[in-house]
Amino acid sequence: MRRDGLDRPLILVALALTVFGVMMVYSAGQTDVPSVAARGAWIRQLIWLAVGIVGASIVFRVNFRILEWAAPGLYILGVVLLLVTLFVGTGAGTAAGSKSWLSIGGYRLGQPVELAKLATIFLLARYLSSLREPPRTLKGLLTPVVIAGVPLILVMGQPDLGSAIVFIGILFAMLFWAGVSPRLLLLLASPAVSLLLAADTRWWGAWMLLLFLLLVLWRAYVSEGVLIYLVNSAMGVLAIILWNQLKPYQQNRLITFLNPESDPVHAGYQAIQSMVAIGSGGLLGTGFLNGPQKRLAYLPEQYTDFIFAVLGEELGFVGVFAALGLFLMFFWILLRIARRATDPFSSLVVFGILGLLFTHLFENVGMTINVMPITGIPLPFFSYGGSFLLSCALAVGLVLRVAWDSRLSGYADV
Amino acid sequence: MSTVSADRLRDRVTAVQGVMVLTFLLLAGAFFRAQVVGYEDYRLQSQKNRLRQVPLLAPRGAILDRNNLVIAENVPGYTVKLFAPSLDTLRAVLGRLRALTPIDSAEVEMIVRRFREARYQPALVFSGADFAMVSKLEEHRFLLPGLVVQTEPRRLYSTHTAVAHLVGYVGEVSEDELTRGRFPGSRLGSIVGRDGLEQQYDSILRGVDGVQYTEVDARGRMVREQVSTPSLAPIAGMQIRTTIDLPLQEYIDSLWRAALPDTRGALMAMTPDGKILALYSAPAFDPNDFIGGIAAPTWLSLNTDPAKPLINRAIRGTYPPASPFKLATAVIALRRGVVDFTTHMPQPCRGGFQFGNRFFKCWRREGHGSLDLTGAIAASCDAYFYQLGLRIGLPSLLEEGNLLGFSERSGIDVGSESKPLLPASVKYYNDRYGPRGWSNAAVLNLAIGQGENNQSLVGMMRFYAALAGNGTSAAPYLVRQHDSTTRSLGLTPVQLAGLKAALCRVVQSGTAAGSGGRDLNVCGKTGTAQNSGKDHGWFIGYAPADNPKIVVGSIMESKEHGSSVAPYVVRVIRRFLTASDSSLAKARVRVPIQEDSITGALAKPDTAGR
Repeated sequence: MRRDGLDRPLILVALALTVFGVMMVYSAGQTDVPSVAARGAWIRQLIWLAVGIVGASIVFRVNFRILEWAAPGLYILGVVLLLVTLFVGTGAGTAAGSKSWLSIGGYRLGQPVELAKLATIFLLARYLSSLREPPRTLKGLLTPVVIAGVPLILVMGQPDLGSAIVFIGILFAMLFWAGVSPRLLLLLASPAVSLLLAADTRWWGAWMLLLFLLLVLWRAYVSEGVLIYLVNSAMGVLAIILWNQLKPYQQNRLITFLNPESDPVHAGYQAIQSMVAIGSGGLLGTGFLNGPQKRLAYLPEQYTDFIFAVLGEELGFVGVFAALGLFLMFFWILLRIARRATDPFSSLVVFGILGLLFTHLFENVGMTINVMPITGIPLPFFSYGGSFLLSCALAVGLVLRVAWDSRLSGYADV
Repeated sequence: MSTVSADRLRDRVTAVQGVMVLTFLLLAGAFFRAQVVGYEDYRLQSQKNRLRQVPLLAPRGAILDRNNLVIAENVPGYTVKLFAPSLDTLRAVLGRLRALTPIDSAEVEMIVRRFREARYQPALVFSGADFAMVSKLEEHRFLLPGLVVQTEPRRLYSTHTAVAHLVGYVGEVSEDELTRGRFPGSRLGSIVGRDGLEQQYDSILRGVDGVQYTEVDARGRMVREQVSTPSLAPIAGMQIRTTIDLPLQEYIDSLWRAALPDTRGALMAMTPDGKILALYSAPAFDPNDFIGGIAAPTWLSLNTDPAKPLINRAIRGTYPPASPFKLATAVIALRRGVVDFTTHMPQPCRGGFQFGNRFFKCWRREGHGSLDLTGAIAASCDAYFYQLGLRIGLPSLLEEGNLLGFSERSGIDVGSESKPLLPASVKYYNDRYGPRGWSNAAVLNLAIGQGENNQSLVGMMRFYAALAGNGTSAAPYLVRQHDSTTRSLGLTPVQLAGLKAALCRVVQSGTAAGSGGRDLNVCGKTGTAQNSGKDHGWFIGYAPADNPKIVVGSIMESKEHGSSVAPYVVRVIRRFLTASDSSLAKARVRVPIQEDSITGALAKPDTAGR
């Protein structure tokens, strides 16, 4: 292999993010309140990183045609594992209340959802790349919706709302990349919008009116237009039923997202403490390892889901800006690689990974600053957690392979 | 190439880049708003989160006697407090604490109440814990998150009951007192004086409490003292020196408890110029019981005891002054020029005095015969004084009695002194009984210290101090005179000397002849206050006769007659006059401990790996 086939900016940015992440995991373990799990986390994170690098270099050598061929198998494996998890899964760590772990003989193997996410990307990429023209009707979107929908419903059952959102992120990102018109995506998303707005009759009414105008304006097929309209109407009714279906803690999270002070001791606690930690960091932060909120364990889940709040407290706005800047660079590079990929499958895989990680970033960072409701999903490269770090490393390995192929084929110069 | 060909991707790439930049700006903007714009608010909130105020008690000033012997001092003690994030946590921790040391449910409720009053302060669990208890708690600290053990100055009254009514006691300031501003400068958790000297001179003794800022973790466990926020060091209270003679005070206590165990009453000793040497009331309590919050059963028994041990009978109790008041009648008669020392009354004493259709009895059924004023005082003849009262007349007796101060408080500088009763004028009788509802018989009763006439021991002491001295009296005091106006008997030196001679005859050959005070040249007056039950006994005396150094008075409830009180008063006088300097040398002269308040023994978490 020639060295100049490697995408060095990607490796550099990914490594920078990982080192940054391990530093924060280390800091998160330095507290005045002894916690054995948090204190040794950074060492275990380093071990997982080593495993991840090995895994990435193996994946890097796998031909994408093999991956394309294996996609349905991987997908079925992922779905089966999710099914198994649903029945024999165990709760652990930050997801103690949900059954998201697969363990054998008490030893936790990992979270199958991470495999399912990648496998879904592969299968969606395989399907979408096989199309000559992007789907122009809702009917054409049926297959991709089913592909993403099956694991989505399974993780909802765990329940793991955060991962469910990630599947939606992957689906919409890949459909968009495959050329599905934004109008159609909006119509596809419309039931969800209807669901959210159903809380307020006035907003919901306005939405239904807007939807009607859009359907007329965009000249949708009559049958599909009627269907969408009916589904949207049904969602408005279903919202109340679905709301009652949610677990109380899920309801609380949504309520406290809208108003954290409504329950400052319990459900709103995490949101408030996270904001206090970040806000008290100020411009320059309280100094690496020295965040009082973190040290005194006011921050919830500080070495996993809320690690960005530790960063915000200790390194301040400058540190936040640097971390977000690194992420922006990372996604910029991913976008470039997706654009210059040698074939649609590779391109779609890279963009799917972009959608996956981008959703994670936005949801995770957003929840620390109360821009998004609190769902327990990790921050790529930062949050402590073996499965996800491995998954991120494998993703980077895949992307590096795509970059390699396109460079060797001279495609990169387009 | 189909859907994802490079030429078709251009627009999508631009759109995606736009979304990414917008997302970046949205998140960065949200962080900017929190970290740069909202920094101050969040910084304060973070501090409020983790900083807790622990009050540092100022050491109270010591209370010393006139020879700098220690009456009240401070010794290092341990205070146990609890931080808790919520009521549930507090109760849980208290539950575990109860396994280690007995706390009854009433105390638990008390602690919970303290917690409710100030959630961000550690709730006092108990003060006055000993070292063994503290080390036991420290051993189990992991079970007791939020445990705060402070070394705090602890009040100690080493003479216990002897000084109870003198010093009063101390206790934590209540919320009600705080809102009413009763103790200026006090804050929640402050220890304030509750009675006696501790209350009267609280502002001097208390000092200024300090504040220690400490960091607590999310579970309310104390982590470390905060160094960046300066603590306010407590300012120690000033010590006060009293006029008390502590060995004498202790002598009275031991004498009373040994010889008069069940007798209620009071005994006071002072110099003729108003310096109080001893102030004792029985039954007494142990002021040390109040330190760190009095135990509920103790408090209940103190409050329900029919003997009312919390009442200082020397200044709060008023009794018919009885025969000691005859000196007041005599003073009034002499001032008005109604009699001189040789005047005999028309009716000699035949066991009483016939007034109209009523016979007023003398205490001596056999009668005293015909006596002059000196003899009547020595024999305490009621028949003589009935007639003397009639001669003075009720309006004059009341007017002069008020001038002598018998309707005013003595002005002693401690306690809530009771106001004595002596009507200001005959209007009192008219208002009370109607113009025809009373007769001149009232003056007969007043003249012998009965009737509408109730005096406190301290008030009578002030009157007798004037008799013992130069005919004027100053307000009795323990630390400093609050009231500088003096009261004069308004007698000529000859008249005063005559009264003194009469008082000396009481002890030499009169009603107190059996008191054993002859060799000391004790002069004084016995009294028997009529009571619905057994009569109360009075004796107020001074010695030595020619140059009085001490005036001692006592009221003993249900003691039947003053002659049985006199021996104890004489013993107190003897003790004072004969006490050699050696007793002083033997006494415990100690420098009061001015211990700095220390917040020690805080949780030091495992910080390995830092």
